[in-house]
This record gives sequence, structure tokens and C-alpha cells, in this order.
Amino acid sequence: MPAQLYQVDPIAVRNEIGRERLIALWRQMLTIRRFEERAELAYKAKSIAGFLHLYIGQEAVATGWFAHLNPGIDASVTSYRCHAQAILSGVGIDELMAELYGKATGNVKGKGGSMHFFSKEKKMLGGHGIVGGQIPVGTGAAFSAKYRKSGGVSISFFGDGATPQGTFHESLNMASLWSLPAIYMIENNQYGMGTACSRSNAVESLAETKAVGYGMKSYTFDGLDLFASWKCAQEAIAYVRSESKPVLVEAKTYRYRGHSVSDAGLYRSKEEVERYKELDPIGRVHAAMQQSGWLSDAEAEAIEEEIREQVAACVRFAEQSPEPALSELATHVYAAS
Amino acid sequence: MSTPIAPSLAVRRALNPKTDPINGHKGVDLGDGTQLLSVRMAICQALYEEMNRDPSIYIMGEEVAQYNGAYKVTKGLLDIFGAERVVDSPITESGFAGLAVGAAMTGLRPVIEFMSWNFSFVAFDQIISNASKMNYMTGGMFPIPLVMRGPNGAGPRVSSQHSHAVEALYAHFPGLIVVSPSTPYDAKGLMKTALRQNNPVCFLENEMIYNLEQEIPVAEYTVPFGVADLKREGGDCTIVAVSRSVLWSLEAAAELAKEGIECEVLDLRTVKPLDIDAIVRSVRKTSRCVVVEECYRTGGIGAEVAAQLMEHAFDDLDAPVGRVTTTENPMPYAANLEHETLPKPHRIIAAVRAACYR
Repeated sequence: MPAQLYQVDPIAVRNEIGRERLIALWRQMLTIRRFEERAELAYKAKSIAGFLHLYIGQEAVATGWFAHLNPGIDASVTSYRCHAQAILSGVGIDELMAELYGKATGNVKGKGGSMHFFSKEKKMLGGHGIVGGQIPVGTGAAFSAKYRKSGGVSISFFGDGATPQGTFHESLNMASLWSLPAIYMIENNQYGMGTACSRSNAVESLAETKAVGYGMKSYTFDGLDLFASWKCAQEAIAYVRSESKPVLVEAKTYRYRGHSVSDAGLYRSKEEVERYKELDPIGRVHAAMQQSGWLSDAEAEAIEEEIREQVAACVRFAEQSPEPALSELATHVYAAS
Repeated sequence: MSTPIAPSLAVRRALNPKTDPINGHKGVDLGDGTQLLSVRMAICQALYEEMNRDPSIYIMGEEVAQYNGAYKVTKGLLDIFGAERVVDSPITESGFAGLAVGAAMTGLRPVIEFMSWNFSFVAFDQIISNASKMNYMTGGMFPIPLVMRGPNGAGPRVSSQHSHAVEALYAHFPGLIVVSPSTPYDAKGLMKTALRQNNPVCFLENEMIYNLEQEIPVAEYTVPFGVADLKREGGDCTIVAVSRSVLWSLEAAAELAKEGIECEVLDLRTVKPLDIDAIVRSVRKTSRCVVVEECYRTGGIGAEVAAQLMEHAFDDLDAPVGRVTTTENPMPYAANLEHETLPKPHRIIAAVRAACYR
């Protein structure tokens, strides 16, 4: 049984967000996408190596939720598909691109790469390469917030491929048992690598069915719709913050690119991908703003141009940055006491 | 010294819940600036003192709070510090280990108890992929001040799945510190050091020596990581050991002394960092070395010490480095088979005689 999607009135939500904030959200989504498109090019040009997991198509999910979070008070953690969460936390794209290039000026000094973006200041706790391994970490951030009475919440992002892992279930149980202010966000992009969700999960509605087993509230929303994402986040985060209780959320979303850049995508049809591209979350916000007369073509083009320039600049910064000194090999293995 | 050791009357009284329900951390004050306590109480005392000093320390694990710890190491701490700081967890090792990593990344100093280190394998991914690498892969942004503790090594007749010795296994991974004390003095001092530094520590206790007692100072002290301790001096052969193996080595050394072979027993105390300087110093004196450990032979501590001695003291050795380890089989249940599996004194004696060509 498909879950009932969180229902929103797009016009009402659009008006609640307001013109300036909506433009800012659109700009964030666009920055994430252009950053990743450029990273993909650099990967094909062999300036970037290793894994590169792109978020393209899923931007409305994290963008809608970060709009209601205070990075630094609130903590976030995610999988190896971590570029968007770092950008939305407020990490500059210069250091992120430099990290992809493996440079000394990178976000984590060239020691992590694409899967390991972090920010201490913004409590962005990674960037994790083992499927589901980050979920207890996010739970720990929620435990910490409650222990310190900081008023913060934590949000853990992970894919539909992570819900069969034990860490997911262990985390939900602990969070519910101890009433932790934790948000668990399943970004159901419908494929765990090349395996369709229906081939790895025994139920269709991940959040709705699994939350019940842990006595938690759940939400399921259209992850391709920024308005649904934003409104659902507003309600759920307010609940988590005020009640100090966890929620399990499922975003029905889609990734346009492969699991990673090296994935040929033979497990799904081109038609399917094209069908979802018509639902593009960034294009839909753009259209909504055009319809409401909030954004002229000239204004849109100016923003696009600005982002293009920022992304070009971050690539220049990455290219011109030095590689890490070989002495860096042995630094940070242990922390100073 | 033989193990297990029965607690003295004074310590038994201190441990008795009827006479003293909450003071697992309190030694028996001997009035001269020293106190008598067991390894168990020494660890509890270190936890108690450091939790008093630092409110960011919390303890989580199975049965650590209301049950007072499966081995009573956390006895009384719930009543003193409350349920926010001494937290009973479900049986969810991967969950509470990962939770601790997240807590350590956001300002807390978690102590997690594995009811035994055998169960740490359930949390292996959190320990290795998250705790051990976090500081490095974040370019030093997120140190993980985390103490993972619990009994390690063979218990009494608990067979294959409950008898692992994990010191060599965890020492393999950069980023982890591996500590395994053999005395109350070392246990307390090393635990205090562990709780004041910023790296993930595998603090390996041993069930069979929890009751081992010692007079230690009442005044505060710490024991640094990476400094081995000479537990017995001798000029004929160096025995390098850790944790319970130190006690077996001391037993063997006492026997060997009757034959005129004087052994030096060097207690590593921390397997990582390894105090290779102390080992080399001793081997320069004795020209012989036998390593005793509860780990397996392949890739064990002995393998590492032997390799490093070749690098640093090749010309000082008069005999091949001997290794007395757990034999390479899962631990059997039968008493005689268990006895033969472990690196007991009779095997140490044979190895030392061989190293001395006797």
C-alpha cells in the first residue's frame, strides 16, 4: 500500500514562504546542481577521481528541510551523497570543490574526497561511506542535544538502500526509547545502487510502516516538490523540537544520475528517467515563480549567471590550490590531547 | 600470583551490596595515604573521579546502570550521577557505539561498556569506519574522545564465542589506542588518562583479574599511554606481556628462578602505542625475548614485537624471539583443552628455556 503523501496547497505554501525566501531557496538548489554538474565534468576530465555520487534530482529534499534548521545548533549527517547537505549547512563551495580535487585547501584537507564533507562549526557530521553507518551518529547528535539541553535537533539523511541495515532499526529504537530530538530522513530515490527499492524492501511505504514498529510519528512527502518538502519540514521539525521526540520521514524522490558517476544505469529505462526529469524540482520552482510574477527572465538569468561565475571560481580555486604536503600523510591520525 | 584471585575480606565487604550499596568506587582506606582496592574498584574509582570533574562524561552500555554492571565495574554510579549520565542501553552494540561517535563529535566524552569485547564485533563498523578514522578523514576537524571498555580475553570456561582477546586486532587500525592493564594501579591511572585525551581508546579489562588487589595511593595520579612497566627485573630473558599474561609470566618467572633463569617481565600496559624503546632496552640487557599474549599467533602482538626487534635490536638477540600465544583454534569448552589453548605458565616456561637454550 502506498503511503498517503503529505498534502500541501502549493499556492498557500508559496505565499507563506514569500518571494525573497523562495528565490533564495531556488538559488540554493541551483547552486547545488551547477556545482555537481561541474564536478561531473571535472570527473570526466579526470581532475576528480574515486567515487562521485551526485544529488541531482533530489535537491528539493535537503533544501526544504535545511530551511527550518539552524546549522551549528542543529546537527546533520548524511551518506556519501553529501554535497548538498554541506552546501546547505553553509560550507563554501571553494573548499568543497578543492576537496574533490584532493587539494590542501579542501574541506577536510584532501583527506576525504567526495564522500566526506564536514563542518564542525555548522555541526555537519559528514559525509559517510558505509550505507547506514551514519544513522547512529545522527542519533548521537540528538542524544548530545538533549544531554546538553541545547535546544537543537539532529537530522540524519540516508537512502532507501539503508533501511534494511541494522543501524537504522537500532537508531529508531534508541531515539524513540529515549525521546531524542532526531529526524530520520529516508531519501527514497527508488534505487539502492542498482537494486530497485521493491527488490530490497519487503514493504512499499518505508516510513509509514516502520515508524509504527518504533512508536514514532511518520511523514511521507513528494520529494520532487519543494513546497511539500518545506511545509512538511516546518511541521515535523517544530514537533521534534517542541516535544523532543523523533520522527521518521520518507521523501519520494529520484536521482537523474547513476548511483555514482561510473554507473551506466542499465537497471532502469531512459523513458523512466525522462519522465522524472519532467518533474524536475528546480524547474518547478522556477515555473511557480514565473507564474506568480515573482521572477522575471532577466532576474533569473542574472542569478544563473552569478552562480555560474561562483562555480567557475570554485573550480579555479581548486585547480590553483596546492596538493597536500607529503608530511600531511601522518598528521591527524591521532588528535592532540 | 595465580588467577583468579579471591577478594580479601575488606574488599568483599566494600563490594557487598548489603553493607555498601553504592560505593563501587571506594577503596579500603589504609590510613597511610594508601588504599586497598581491586582492579574492578580501581576502574570504577577512575570513572567516578573523572565524572565528578567533567560533566561531559557519560556512561552507556548494557546493564551498566540499574544492574550495576554485568561485572559490577559501574557499581553505584547510577545512584551518584543519575540516569542521564549512566544509561542502560538496549542490546544494541552497533547502535550505542555509533551514538557515542555522534555524541563525541558534538561535545561529549562518552564511555561505552561492551559487556565483553566479544560483543564489540557487532559494533565493528562503528569502531573502525567511524571512530578510528574520523579525526583523520575530517582533516583534524572531529577528534573522537571516546572510551570503549569491558572485559577482554578468555573468561572461565565460556568457550568459543566468549573468549576472544582483541588487543592485536584493534591495534591493527591507525587511530585507535589499545590499553590493557594488569594491576589496580595501572587500571586506575590509565583510565584517567583515557578520559582526559581526545582519541578513541579500546580499554581492555580482564574478567579473571577484576578481583586482583593492590595498595595504591589515595592521592591523584595518572599513568601515561605508551609507557611499559617493568614488573620484575632479571638478566637472562625478557618476557613481554600484557594484561592477564603478565600474571602468568610472573608465575613462570618465579618457577624459572628456581632453575637459575632470571626473567625480566615487561608489562606493555598499552599495546598501542607500543613502547618499543622499553622492549629494546630490556633485550639489550638480556639478549633474549619471549612474548606472551592471549591473542592468536598470526598477526599477534608477538609477531609485531618480533618484527620490531629485528629492526631495532637484531644484533642484540642471542636467540629467536619466542611467542607464547593462544593456540590457533576457537576456544574449546573442556577444561583440559581450554587450559592448553591459553598461554599458561607451563608453556611460558618451555618457551623461555628454549630461548635460553636450556
